[in-house]
Amino acid sequence: MAIDTRPVRPAQQAPARRTSAQRDPETDRGRPSRALVLALVLACTTLMVLDRAGGEDSPVQPVRRIVGEVIGPVQAAAATVVRPVAGIPAALRSNGSLHHDVAALEAENAELRNQLTKAGYDEHRLGQLEGLRAVAGDLGYALVPARVIAIGPAQSFSSTVTLDAGSDAGLRPDMTVVAAEGLVGRITAVTNHTATVLLIVDATSAVGGRIGDNLELGFVRGHGTLGTDDRLELELADRNVVPKIGQGVVTWGSEGGAPYVAGVPIGKVVKVYESLRETSYRAVIEPGVDFTSLDLVGVVVPSGTEGRVIEADGSLQ
Amino acid sequence: MRAGSAGRLLAVIVAVVGALVLQVTVLPHFAWRIGGLGVVPDLVLLVVVATAIATDTRFATLAGFGAGLLLDVAPPADHVAGRWALALMVVGYVVGRLVHDNTADVGRFEPESVRRPPVPLMLAAAAGGSFIGTSVFALTGLLVDDAAVAVSDLLPVALVALLLDVIAALAVVPATLWLHRRLASDDLGDRVRVRA
Repeated sequence: MAIDTRPVRPAQQAPARRTSAQRDPETDRGRPSRALVLALVLACTTLMVLDRAGGEDSPVQPVRRIVGEVIGPVQAAAATVVRPVAGIPAALRSNGSLHHDVAALEAENAELRNQLTKAGYDEHRLGQLEGLRAVAGDLGYALVPARVIAIGPAQSFSSTVTLDAGSDAGLRPDMTVVAAEGLVGRITAVTNHTATVLLIVDATSAVGGRIGDNLELGFVRGHGTLGTDDRLELELADRNVVPKIGQGVVTWGSEGGAPYVAGVPIGKVVKVYESLRETSYRAVIEPGVDFTSLDLVGVVVPSGTEGRVIEADGSLQ
Repeated sequence: MRAGSAGRLLAVIVAVVGALVLQVTVLPHFAWRIGGLGVVPDLVLLVVVATAIATDTRFATLAGFGAGLLLDVAPPADHVAGRWALALMVVGYVVGRLVHDNTADVGRFEPESVRRPPVPLMLAAAAGGSFIGTSVFALTGLLVDDAAVAVSDLLPVALVALLLDVIAALAVVPATLWLHRRLASDDLGDRVRVRA
């Protein structure tokens, strides 16, 4: 800061409204230098390039985790306060409410298995599945219950939410997240107490799906956050098969159950149209899950994980 | 200057963290649903706008950069880091320049003005800041190929966001200014004394 060598004027004589000539040096002082602006822009650009090129191993990942460790609990606390006020679940949460949680989750688990049994997919596969289960040991779905504590704004153009369970509960990236009504998404990042979930309606999400009735394979893609319908789209691998309205779509799963386990219901075909350019049929899927009112979800973990886990047979550890 | 800098730094940190938590936990329950997830008022952006009104351009630019960085890495963010940092930095710079260059000095030098910036100025700053911020964020997304969203889809979201931001500005900007006044009051006193 430059030293002002002008003679000191008494305060009373200072003009009530300064002229622009006197204001200029002041405005200049408050203005960032060109070098600073340039440095900040470059910093942003470098960060974007680094993060983009690094992918999963990007140097930003540890920073995200540390910030998540700090912000996560604050979000969880805020969500706990807000939840009763927003009237999402009726009950006030207290220590005794854990029992209610268990009951609710058991019901959820039963309903989920019910749906799986009812789906056309399982009518075909049930016999084989039981055999496979015996061989593969525990490909049953053990679930870690979790609540949604934060939701990303639509201005970010990505559909992500935060859960109140993290690596302490045995979660890690690329695990499947389900709700009672069907598939929710997959975990992209975890901290000790929180996990970030990429919803299947996100524009970057692609899930391997198959039609339950005839086991035809395809990909279910999200359409971003916009538009109240047409939010999921199924494209079949076999171009001669036409999806029918009302058919259910389930996941076909990936190797080792990551990021998606097999047989989780995704939604129903509500509209079919022909894509002229790619000479294939596309089906619009209505997701079973209402993504605007997500609350209690389950994360699929390997059977026998430590902590609060609902096993596939309905027992609670 | 030193004590004051610490004061306004504290004010910005408190305001930004508070805004971030409110934005992702409380507001989604009352969001404007435009398909999938709701559009919510961008509180962090409004805090940066208020900071630009209350302090100088240089500080607002730095505050925007920092706030954006936090928004980029705090859960549930999953986009390429640096995008909000750039967007909010630009917001801080542009709003700061417009407010301090083109209006008879609002805020910075006269304690009375810090107390009450004219409402139209507040709304204009919020509207401009919101549009610039959302646009820069969306465009960087297209540039680094982060979000596969068509340009035609960007506009409705940007406009709804702008509307909500202007409404929210009526509460958020005065609140942030109040925070600045409380935590950076020493600074203000100092400055007035130095000037006189």
